Amino acid sequence: MWFDSPGLVVGGLLAGIVFGFLLQKGQVAKYRVILGQFLFTDYTVLKVMLTAIVVGAIGVWGMLQVGMIQHLHVKPAVLVATATGGLIFGLGMGLLGYCPGTGIAAMGEGSRHARWGFAGMILGAGAFAFVYPFIEQTFMKLGEVTVTTGDQVNSKVTLADVTGLSPWVFIGLLAVISLVAFTLIGRWERTRPLP
Amino acid sequence: MHNPMEPANPLRRKRWNPYVVGALIGVLSWITFLTMDKALGTSSSLVHVAGLIESVTGNADKVTGPAANSYFAKEINQKTPMFDWQVFLVIGVFIGAMISSRLSGDRTTECVPGLWTWRFGPSKTTRYGAAFLGGAVMLFGARMAGGCTSGHGISGGLQLALSSWTFFIAMFISGTAMAFGLFGKGGRHHVV
Repeated sequence: MWFDSPGLVVGGLLAGIVFGFLLQKGQVAKYRVILGQFLFTDYTVLKVMLTAIVVGAIGVWGMLQVGMIQHLHVKPAVLVATATGGLIFGLGMGLLGYCPGTGIAAMGEGSRHARWGFAGMILGAGAFAFVYPFIEQTFMKLGEVTVTTGDQVNSKVTLADVTGLSPWVFIGLLAVISLVAFTLIGRWERTRPLP
Repeated sequence: MHNPMEPANPLRRKRWNPYVVGALIGVLSWITFLTMDKALGTSSSLVHVAGLIESVTGNADKVTGPAANSYFAKEINQKTPMFDWQVFLVIGVFIGAMISSRLSGDRTTECVPGLWTWRFGPSKTTRYGAAFLGGAVMLFGARMAGGCTSGHGISGGLQLALSSWTFFIAMFISGTAMAFGLFGKGGRHHVV
């Protein structure tokens, strides 16, 4: 088996074209914008991500609630591996100045150094495959959080599962936090002393 | 606030409002969930590329064969073939960004960014080496965490996944630390 079904191949390609188009129009496929976010001089990345999360959450959880979709695609909560991986990821991203998706979009835009980043990404993926068998049963299972429903023990947990609260509480909270953050950012952008 | 200097056709504009872009990425997630039962993600396709290279350089056994590396076996199998949905998504991202930048003329040949030059000089070799190392470290971390800024950050964030919010906070802390470690506070005045 080499390929997904033709529908998924075409669907994936189309979704990718739209995604790459949006990343480029959003200016987030640029080194200066991503480093600007980490140095807190440019909040474009946060604006794009938080809006995508809130809008995406409303639709996806809404569709789940009315039965238009049957299930989510939550990644397992093995928090030590996730947090350590996240910390390593941030170090690499700070050095490269792109994340995987925006790095590939940056190559589409013409960035030359993004190509070297891409080559590095392939090496990093291979290196992790090399290391994985040694940590598979140990480190990669540390800090697992599970929720038991009936006789099902599941580590693919959401904030709603862990707290027992409705997902809409979190979506509402996220929307409020985002609106407050956007207001503060907007105020700061109008008065900032920096160029 | 439409700038009269900008083209009337939005496809030809260089910059869209980031909130509009974010909202449209959110809507794109609805569509992929609804029509393809998929969540946007990028980094596991790099495992496929690494596996493909390993395969064609004579180690096919270690990727999909009986002596398969347990990680390649986990990521590339009957359920997720070598050229899966996400690999095509990533090819699409490249094409989409190329189309967008060609339509607006927002093209670049950036080799060494201005901020990097300010701190480390104009050497292409140094910058390319750093980009390569950064990419390698980043993807190693992404696979340890089980996702990147799209799979964990956007898709996992919108699904309210505990793992994804853990990732988001961790990567933001270390990304900030790396940026200030490299460029310091003074770098804030040279982000070009």
